[in-house]
Amino acid sequence: MSSTPPPPHRIVLAKLGLDGHDRGIKVVARMLRDAGMEVIYLGLRQTTDSIVAAVEQEDADAIGLSMHNAGHLTLGPAMLAALEEAGIEVPLIIGGIVPDDDRPILDAAGVAAVLGPGSSAEEVVATVRAAIDAA
Amino acid sequence: MSDPLEEWRAAYDTARLRDVPFETMSGVPLEPVHGDAPYPGQYPFTRGLHAAGYRSRLWTMRMFAGFGTAEDTNARFKELLRAGGTGLSTAFDMPTLMGRDSDSPWALGEVGRAGVAVDTLADMEDLFADIDLGGVSTSMTINGPAATLLAMYVAVGEKTGVARADLAGTIQNDILKEYQAQKEYIYPPRPSMRIVTDMVTFTTAEMPKWHPISISGYHIREAGSTAAQELAFTLANGFAYVEAAIAAGEDIDEFGRRLSFFFNSHTDFFEEIGKFRAARRIWARWMKERYGATDERTMMCRFHTQTAGVSLTAQQPEINIARVATQALAAALGGTQSLHTDSFDEALALPTEKAARIALRTQQIVAHETGVASVADPLGGAPFVEWMTDEMERQAEAVFAHLDELGNGSILEGVYAGIDNGYFVGEIADAAYRFEREVNAGRRIIVGVNDFTDGDEDTEPNLLRIDHTTEEYQRKRLEAVKHDRSQEAVDDALAAIATACEDPTVNLMPPIIDAVKAYATEEEVAMAMESVFGTYVETAIV
Amino acid sequence: MSLRHLSIDELVDRALGGDRRAVGRLLSIVERGGAEAEQVETRTHAHGTDAHVIGITGAPGAGKSTMVARLVAAFTAASRGPAVVAVDPSSPLTGGAILGDRVRMAEVDTSAFIRSVATRGHSGGLALSVPGSARVLAAAGFDPVIIETVGVGQVEVDVTAAADTTVVVVTPGMGDAVQANKAGLLEVADIFVVNKADLPGASDARRDLELMLELSHVTGQEDASRRPPIVMVDSLAGEGIDAVRGAIDEHHDHLVTTDRLVERRRRRARYEMRSRAALAFERHLDDQLHTSEVAAMVEDVLAGSETPSSAARRLWQPDAS
Repeated sequence: MSSTPPPPHRIVLAKLGLDGHDRGIKVVARMLRDAGMEVIYLGLRQTTDSIVAAVEQEDADAIGLSMHNAGHLTLGPAMLAALEEAGIEVPLIIGGIVPDDDRPILDAAGVAAVLGPGSSAEEVVATVRAAIDAA
Repeated sequence: MSDPLEEWRAAYDTARLRDVPFETMSGVPLEPVHGDAPYPGQYPFTRGLHAAGYRSRLWTMRMFAGFGTAEDTNARFKELLRAGGTGLSTAFDMPTLMGRDSDSPWALGEVGRAGVAVDTLADMEDLFADIDLGGVSTSMTINGPAATLLAMYVAVGEKTGVARADLAGTIQNDILKEYQAQKEYIYPPRPSMRIVTDMVTFTTAEMPKWHPISISGYHIREAGSTAAQELAFTLANGFAYVEAAIAAGEDIDEFGRRLSFFFNSHTDFFEEIGKFRAARRIWARWMKERYGATDERTMMCRFHTQTAGVSLTAQQPEINIARVATQALAAALGGTQSLHTDSFDEALALPTEKAARIALRTQQIVAHETGVASVADPLGGAPFVEWMTDEMERQAEAVFAHLDELGNGSILEGVYAGIDNGYFVGEIADAAYRFEREVNAGRRIIVGVNDFTDGDEDTEPNLLRIDHTTEEYQRKRLEAVKHDRSQEAVDDALAAIATACEDPTVNLMPPIIDAVKAYATEEEVAMAMESVFGTYVETAIV
Repeated sequence: MSLRHLSIDELVDRALGGDRRAVGRLLSIVERGGAEAEQVETRTHAHGTDAHVIGITGAPGAGKSTMVARLVAAFTAASRGPAVVAVDPSSPLTGGAILGDRVRMAEVDTSAFIRSVATRGHSGGLALSVPGSARVLAAAGFDPVIIETVGVGQVEVDVTAAADTTVVVVTPGMGDAVQANKAGLLEVADIFVVNKADLPGASDARRDLELMLELSHVTGQEDASRRPPIVMVDSLAGEGIDAVRGAIDEHHDHLVTTDRLVERRRRRARYEMRSRAALAFERHLDDQLHTSEVAAMVEDVLAGSETPSSAARRLWQPDAS
């Protein structure tokens, strides 16, 4: 008998906060699509609430947040707290400029992975897959 | 006198030249220009705006920076003025750029981070405290809430006894590229264009030393466009502003010469030089032929250039110094009026003082050591450079033709249509993805990223960190200002703004100036306008 | 707490009690298909049968998402609890998709439930998952359930077959009305919307539609008692949205008072049964193709001792000879 193929991974991609730099997140959206994933693209100026609602309704397997300005230390933990409050256990991946010194802080806070500028498509896809598999 | 060479000679002879030897470092004397007509300073200005090129004046080395509170920035302004500078350049933080106050939930973690925080006139008073606004030129990089910031600047001037007619400077105020690339918009495109046009009208009538728009391709390129798209979209936006101002009854030769441009200088050397030269030629031709300008100054495309932030790598950051150097050289050979060179650590954080100094030194080397400033348009006439210039122009004209068709003979309507149907963001996203795939496949080498990666594991250089006390300070400051002002006066002023928004024949600047003088906050003004204009949400074109 | 270890029954219980995460998870199960999806179907098909299922379709760029967002707000304001299933195509090459409809629905009240669905390539898949998803949402208490599709062709047909009311959206100046006619949408439309009615050519688009409706009226429509209304809308300005909602409600009343709702539901059931049977049969056929009997038949066809037609008949009628 033919069996149902595993469904594609679903990932919510969003920009949290005011920053409007979306070149990186758009490139990543296409990389993930081309790797066969379903990308639920929320776009600019999202809040932790709107992201939580999207993850619930879309039953996403992962969340990718893109940041340009150095907001990761404020916004990353805020996102994790909102997810925890909603009882959602979905890996959070942060993309953008994150200095080396900040990475252990984000790791400790519970961020599943950080993707810096210049990450290749293979790295992006492998990182997302690994984060989903580990969850 | 109709011989171009004689005309050029006459113009050159009247130029006041810098007091430096125009010869090679080995002592070979240099001619001021080579090649054929039209010469530098002659329509269509492909070869530059001035007959003597950089012999009369080097480009302005304008470095853009800023963070923290208005008081911090004020201290740096004063230092700069003491050192002989006359131009002040202000960067605002993200909440200010988006029309949000420091106490907005949206501002969390962003206050004072990438620029100075301005909530009310009180912050603007601090920013320019003890500075004679009649004796400086101020550049403000802001778009969505530009009218409010200009109103605050006018108010500070008047409070310190400087008439608005004596205020000199530039405000970026290029809202069209926000919908295409940088995404710092508040209202939908058409009401936003009304605000821009009101500012053009207001400054033309009352602030003759003010440049009301700096039409910016920089952000379009940073968002991932090609060089030709940067050129085409930017100039098309310029045409759109011109059409809007003409429609509002302005005379092109009155406002046209106060428009200026802002381009990116990226890594592909000759493509960039061709782009800069094509920009001048296209702008001159369109101003003259399509829009009927008669004053040559209206036809001159004056531009500021910044090296490509997006080209800087986080891997082996020190090698970015070499990238910045070649980009600065391209800008100089392309004939820029002013230049900001990026700091090598900007792919990691805001620049440290040392990195910013190295960046400035880099363009000083180009200006004073390489000799490129001794001959006007030194590459003019070279077959490859002329071909590249033509090619950039050809690609740009194809875009103009498309927009003209979209807009049924109006570039302004074509640009609106292109924003509405996702043309601009789609083209830019496609170009960005194409480039990434080429890098990814190894067809395009980025040193330190996909090749020559020995050294990537080096520890990061020291990075600038901004503490969080600014946020706390700024919130308290805002609270105090709100406490001390007359709420009734603020409410009345905000109601007057909303009323003015509903009547397109009323200029918005006077009621906004009244509101900021009553210490209405930036966000309150934005909300009053939003109540009439609505907000804009980008359609997803990924 | 995590939903991962809950049984289907527990998930359904939670969904019926209003747990949105459980609803989200059930929708994934339904989209995936198979035995678990059937379990969900068993538990949900008796619930929420009063929910009004609305299909909204039209060419790409017609501004459907923006209109749906406004429509959702109008339903919410009228104390209804709408849900949206927004369908976008998957990439035929990689099977991936970028689902961007939530961006256009950014200003929708958070009480509405929005689900982005990719077509996932497999033929007839939507014909199965969309009715199943609508069932889950209706069972969870959402009403109306709006199904929005982008693109043209089979997807539209599948989706409109799952709806009580079908709204076809066209825009001025793009020949949308003509295209809709060619795609067979004129026959299925219960309501037409001319979106972007502020653009030049809006009245032309309306006239085109009226003309084509006049013609199709002659050739005979399914429901001769009613001419589909044409509503002019400017979604960006929010104008005409209440009229669309009014037309939708009016159509629902019409279905109820003329007993046509039952007929629609009958048609929906028939189409879904057919789709499910067709998929099952297709899978059965695919399995058959790998058996030695079929391999022998292929050789017979190649050798010329049997025609492809008679071999095919033996595939679905094993007793025929």
